[in-house]
Amino acid sequence: MLGKLTWEAIPFGEPLPILSGAVVGLTILAVLAIVTVKGWWPYLWREWLTSVDHKRIGVMYVCLGLVMLLRGFSDAIMMRTQQAIAIGPSQGYLPPEHFDQVFSAHGTIMIFFVAMPLVIGLMNFVVPLQLGIRDVAFPVLNSVSLWLTATGALLINMSLVIGNFARTGWWAYPPLSELAFSPDVGVDYYLWSLQISGIGTLLTGINFVTTILKMRAPGMNYFRMPIFCWTALASSLLIVAAFPVLTATFVMLLLDRYLGMHFFTNDAGGSQMMYVNLFWAWGHPEVYILILPAFGIYSEVVATFSGKALFSYRSMVWATLGICVLSFMVWLHHFFTMGAGANVNAFFGIMSSIIAVPTGVKVFNWLFTMFRGRIVFTTPMLFAVGFIVTFVIGGLTGVLLAVPPVDFVLHNSAFLVAHFHNVIIGGVIFGALAGIHYWFPKAFGFTLDERLGHASFWCWLVGFYLAFTPLYVLGLMGMTRRLQHIADPSWRPLLLVAEAGAIVILCGILCQIAQIYVSIRTRERRLDLTGDPWDGRTLEWSTTSPPPAYNFAVLPRVETIDAFWHMKRTGQPAQQRAYEAIEMPRNSPAGFITAFFAVVMGFALIWHIWWMAILGFLAAIAVVLVAGWSVEREQEISAAEIVQMERAR
Amino acid sequence: MTAAAVPTAPAAVPTGLARGRGGGGPASKRIVVAYGFWIFILSDMVMFSAMFAAYAVLYGNTAGGPTGAELFNIRNVFIETLSLLFSSYTCGLGALSAERRDPTRFLIFAALTFLLGTAFLVIEVTEFSGMVEKGAGPTRSAFLSAFFTLVGTHGVHVASGLIALVYLVAQVVVKGLHPAILRRLLCWSLFWHALDIVWVGVFTLVYLLRA
Amino acid sequence: MNSHEHVFDDRTPGVEEHEPTASYLSYTAGLALAILATAASFIVSQTNLLWPPGIPVGLIVLAFAQIGVHLVFFLHLGSGPDSTNNILALAFGVLIVFLVITGSVWIIANLNTNMMAMPMQ
Repeated sequence: MLGKLTWEAIPFGEPLPILSGAVVGLTILAVLAIVTVKGWWPYLWREWLTSVDHKRIGVMYVCLGLVMLLRGFSDAIMMRTQQAIAIGPSQGYLPPEHFDQVFSAHGTIMIFFVAMPLVIGLMNFVVPLQLGIRDVAFPVLNSVSLWLTATGALLINMSLVIGNFARTGWWAYPPLSELAFSPDVGVDYYLWSLQISGIGTLLTGINFVTTILKMRAPGMNYFRMPIFCWTALASSLLIVAAFPVLTATFVMLLLDRYLGMHFFTNDAGGSQMMYVNLFWAWGHPEVYILILPAFGIYSEVVATFSGKALFSYRSMVWATLGICVLSFMVWLHHFFTMGAGANVNAFFGIMSSIIAVPTGVKVFNWLFTMFRGRIVFTTPMLFAVGFIVTFVIGGLTGVLLAVPPVDFVLHNSAFLVAHFHNVIIGGVIFGALAGIHYWFPKAFGFTLDERLGHASFWCWLVGFYLAFTPLYVLGLMGMTRRLQHIADPSWRPLLLVAEAGAIVILCGILCQIAQIYVSIRTRERRLDLTGDPWDGRTLEWSTTSPPPAYNFAVLPRVETIDAFWHMKRTGQPAQQRAYEAIEMPRNSPAGFITAFFAVVMGFALIWHIWWMAILGFLAAIAVVLVAGWSVEREQEISAAEIVQMERAR
Repeated sequence: MTAAAVPTAPAAVPTGLARGRGGGGPASKRIVVAYGFWIFILSDMVMFSAMFAAYAVLYGNTAGGPTGAELFNIRNVFIETLSLLFSSYTCGLGALSAERRDPTRFLIFAALTFLLGTAFLVIEVTEFSGMVEKGAGPTRSAFLSAFFTLVGTHGVHVASGLIALVYLVAQVVVKGLHPAILRRLLCWSLFWHALDIVWVGVFTLVYLLRA
Repeated sequence: MNSHEHVFDDRTPGVEEHEPTASYLSYTAGLALAILATAASFIVSQTNLLWPPGIPVGLIVLAFAQIGVHLVFFLHLGSGPDSTNNILALAFGVLIVFLVITGSVWIIANLNTNMMAMPMQ
C-alpha cells in the first residue's frame, strides 16, 4: 500500500537528522502559523505564489537559493568539523554512512539549489528590465520553472528525515549508484529531485533564449544590449544544450534501478564509463552556466562603480560567446585519469587551457574599466574586486589541473576541492552577492545597510582563504577528498585552519542575515526615491524602485549601448508619448499546483508507492491540460490606469 | 550574428527592419511562441543525441544474447517509416488548412495524421512485445537496454504527440481556429516533423546500419 | 507600439508564406523526395547495389538528405535573413549533437581499448 515506506524510514535513533529535522520542521510550522494568524494567505497567494511576474519570480528564486545556502553550509561546517576532529585515533562524531550523505547532499544542494537559483533568480529579475520590455517570453512557464525547482529542493530536504540521501557523492557514479550497491532510497531521492528540477531549469533556458533573441526594446540591436543580457543568453544557450544530456543520463540510471536495465551495471554489458562521460558532458557546461551570468554581473557592477563604460564591450561579447562554445569541448578533463589515453587527454587538455583565454580577456577588460575610473567601494564593488583576485587564482589552479600529467597527481585530491571552491565561491557566490546588493534597491525600494555588507564581504573573503588555502597544501601533500577520517596527524594544523575559515564564513553569513534584518528595520533612512541609486547605465535604473508590474509605461526607444546613461547625458526625459493600454499576463496557479503534484509523484516514485505516483503524474498532467485550455491569458491595464500610476511616481 | 543586417548609427531609422532583431521592438506572439518551441525541439534533439550516443557505445554489448541482425524485421521498419513520413505530410496539409481557416479540412487531415501515427505505434509495440516474448527484452543486455530506450523514447514522444493532437482537436472543435489555438497547432506540427527527423536517424543508425 | 516603419517579422519555422498551390506543391515535392531517399536507404542496406564497404557512408548521406528535405520542405527553413535566427539555432543544435555523439564514441572507444573492457560479445 505504501511501497517501501515504513516507520523505520524516520531516523529516530540518530540525533543529528532528527534534531535538525525537528528544528526545520518547527520553523516551517511557525512561519505557516504566523502567516495564517496574520491573514496573509490571500496576499501571498495572489501576489507571490501565483505570480507570473518575472520580478516576483526572481525574488523567490533568490530567496530559495539563500535559504538552501544555509542547509548546504551546515553540511559544509559539519564536514570541516569532522575533518578537524577525526584525526589519528579519534573517529570524530560523524560515522561514514552519514558523512557520505553529508558530502553528497552538500554538493548537490550547493550546485542545484543554491548556485542555480541565485543565478537564475538574478537573470529573471534583471533581464527583461535591461532589455526594456515587460516580461519574459513565457511567463506562465517561468512560474512552472520556479516551482519545479522548489519541488526538487523540497524532496532533497525530505530525505533528511524520511529515509536517507545518496551516499555516492553528488555525481552518483555507477556501479555504486546502481541497485546492487545502493539498494535504499538515497539515490532515488537524488535522481527524482534533480530530474524534476531539471525540467524547470530547461524551461528557463528556453524562456530566456527566446526572450533575449526575440524580445527587446525598439532600437536595441544585439550590440546595444547590456552585457549582462549577453551572458544571460550564453548561459541560457548552455542550459538548453546541456540539461537534456543530464536528463537522458538520469533516465538511463533510473531505468537501470527501476526496470532492471543494463546501461551502467557491472553485468550484461553495462558501461560505467559511459555514465561518467555523459555526466560530465553536462557537468562542464553546467559550471559555465553558473559563472557566465556572474561575469555579466561583474561587468555591470564594475562599470557602474567606476563611473566608466565597460572597456571593450565587443571583445566581452565575443569572449562570452567563445566561452559558451568552448565549454562544450572540454568535459573530459573531469576524468583524465579514467584511462582514455594520451591522445584523448591531450586534446581535451589543450582545449581546457584554451578556454582560459577568453576569461583572461574579460579580466583585463574589467581592470581596464577600473583604470582611471572614479571608483566607489560599495559592497558590490568590494565583491567584484575580491572576485577578480580570487577567481584569477582559482582559474590558474584550473589551468594547472588542465595539464593531464599534473591532474594524474591531483585528481580528486583536496587541491581539486580547493580549486573548484575557489572559482565557485570567488566567482559565483561573490557574483550572486554582488548582484543581490546591486539590484536589491530596485526590487524593494531601499538599499541594504552598507556597514554590514562590508562586514559580510570581509568575512567571506578572509574566511574563504582561511578555509581553502590549507586544502591546496593538503592536496599537494596527498590528501584526497571526501575523507571521513584522517590518518596522518601532521595534517591537523592545516585542517584546524580550514575549520577556522569555515567559522569565519559562518560569521559572514550571520552578518548577511543581520544585514537583511537591520536594513528592513531602518529602511526609511535609505529609501531609493529616484529609482537610480547608483547612477546606473542601463535601462532598469530608469524605472521606479520597485518598478510597476508593467515595467515601462512606454517601451523605451534605444539608440546606443548603455541606453539610460545616454538618456541622462543628453537630457532626455522619459518619453512623453501618449499612453496606450497594456496587456499583461494574468496570474496563474498552474506552476504552484503542478509542482505540488510533482512532489507527490516524486515522493511516491522514490518509495515505490506506484498508485500514488500514477495519480500524482496524472494530476500534474491534468493541471497542464486545464491551464492549456484557455485562450485568453492576458488582462488589460487601461491607459487611464497607467496615467495614474505614472503620475504617482 | 545578424548584426550585419542591422545598422548601428543611432539617428537613421531604416525601413524594413525585422522585429525581434532590434528594429521595431519585441516580435509578435506567433514568432515568439514558434521560436521558443523551436528551441525546445532542439533541446529534445540533444536529449536524443545522448541516447544515440549510449546506443552507439553499447550496441555491441549483447552479453551473449541476441543481436540486432537476429531481431530486426526490416519490412516492418519500412512500413513504420512510410507511415510516419506520410503522417508528416498529412500534418503539413493540416497546417495549411488551419492557416487558411478551413476547420473541416483541418480535421480531416488531423484524423489522417492520427491514424498514420497510430499505425506506426501499433507496429512498434508489436515489435517490442515480440522481442520481450523471445527473451530479448530490455533487461537482457546493455545493447537491448539501449535499443529499447532509444526507440522507446521516440515512441513515447509519438504517443504523447497523438494524445496532444486529440487535445488540440478538441480545442478546435469547441473554440474554433482562435489565434492562440493556431499557435499551438503550429507548435504541434513542428514537434511532429521533428519526430520524423529523429526517426530518420533511428531507422538509419539502428535498423539499417546493424553490423 | 510601432510607428511608421515598415516592419517585417522574422519567419517562424514551420510556416509557409506562399500561395496555396505553391504550398501544396512544396509539401508534395517534399514527400516525393523523402520517399525516394527512404526507399534508397532501404535498398542500399538490403542489397549489394552499393559497394558494401561504402554502405554506411551511403546511408548517412541519404539520412542527411532526408533530414534536409524535412527541414526545407516541411519546416520551411530558408536561407533568407528572416530565417537567420532559426538557422543559427539549428546550427547550434547540430554542433551540440555532433559533439555529444562523436565525442562520446571517440572517448569510449579509447577507454575500452585502454582499459581492456570486455570484448564485444
